[in-house]
Amino acid sequence: MVVEHTYHVKGGDFTHAGSASSKVKKLLKQLDIDPKKIKNIVIALYEAEVNIVAHAWEGEIWIAISPEKITMVLTDKGPGIPDIEQAMVEGFSTASKEVREMGFGAGMGLSNIRRNTDELKITSEVGTGTKVEMVNYF
Amino acid sequence: MKVKEIIQLTEATLVCGEGRLNDEVEKAFSSDLMSDVLTIDSEDILLITGLANTQSIRTAEMADIHFILLVRNKKATPEMIELAHEIGIVLMETPFSLFKTSGILYESGLKPVY
Repeated sequence: MVVEHTYHVKGGDFTHAGSASSKVKKLLKQLDIDPKKIKNIVIALYEAEVNIVAHAWEGEIWIAISPEKITMVLTDKGPGIPDIEQAMVEGFSTASKEVREMGFGAGMGLSNIRRNTDELKITSEVGTGTKVEMVNYF
Repeated sequence: MKVKEIIQLTEATLVCGEGRLNDEVEKAFSSDLMSDVLTIDSEDILLITGLANTQSIRTAEMADIHFILLVRNKKATPEMIELAHEIGIVLMETPFSLFKTSGILYESGLKPVY
């Protein structure tokens, strides 16, 4: 059986940033997934959700949970990432002052995502948006 | 260290978590940067931070952290208190700085994460 959910994320809305990740955490707890695995999944998802809020105009999070894995696809409409390799370098950041005031924007998000996922694919088109695909096995 | 000792030592006010005063905390981590907090492997630590917005609560939720101490006299917003209640996080406020708070608690036996 596969459980699927879609969540909408609004760019710039820091008060609600993390609410989708919170819902996914509750869902995974209900499914009795190993707490260590849940922590990896929700940390990656939360960082990716914060990225949409911090950088994009709006986005969508689609998740699918099967007995062996969770697939998370985050698609946003936004400025895109001109150089993904550079963006992956820890410490590189284009975040605004507002984002830093929220406790993020130190250029650690993408490396935190990479550390907490089993599979990660980022594709982006400048001026259109970014797609982040993550898979974690249970 | 018990929650009530943390409150006593840092002259803190408890804003969420009545009935959890005897909960035991072993380790703490001090940071205003949430991405740093999200790299910590230990669970159930005390997060000492000056970040007084909902993201500190969300970060704690994702990282399985159940105790937060706000420093520099920062006040928890109503949204933070509501979220802390919902998730089950003990939330405190101290007038002391991050450095002073960390120093007092370290000296009194609270362990660092690394």
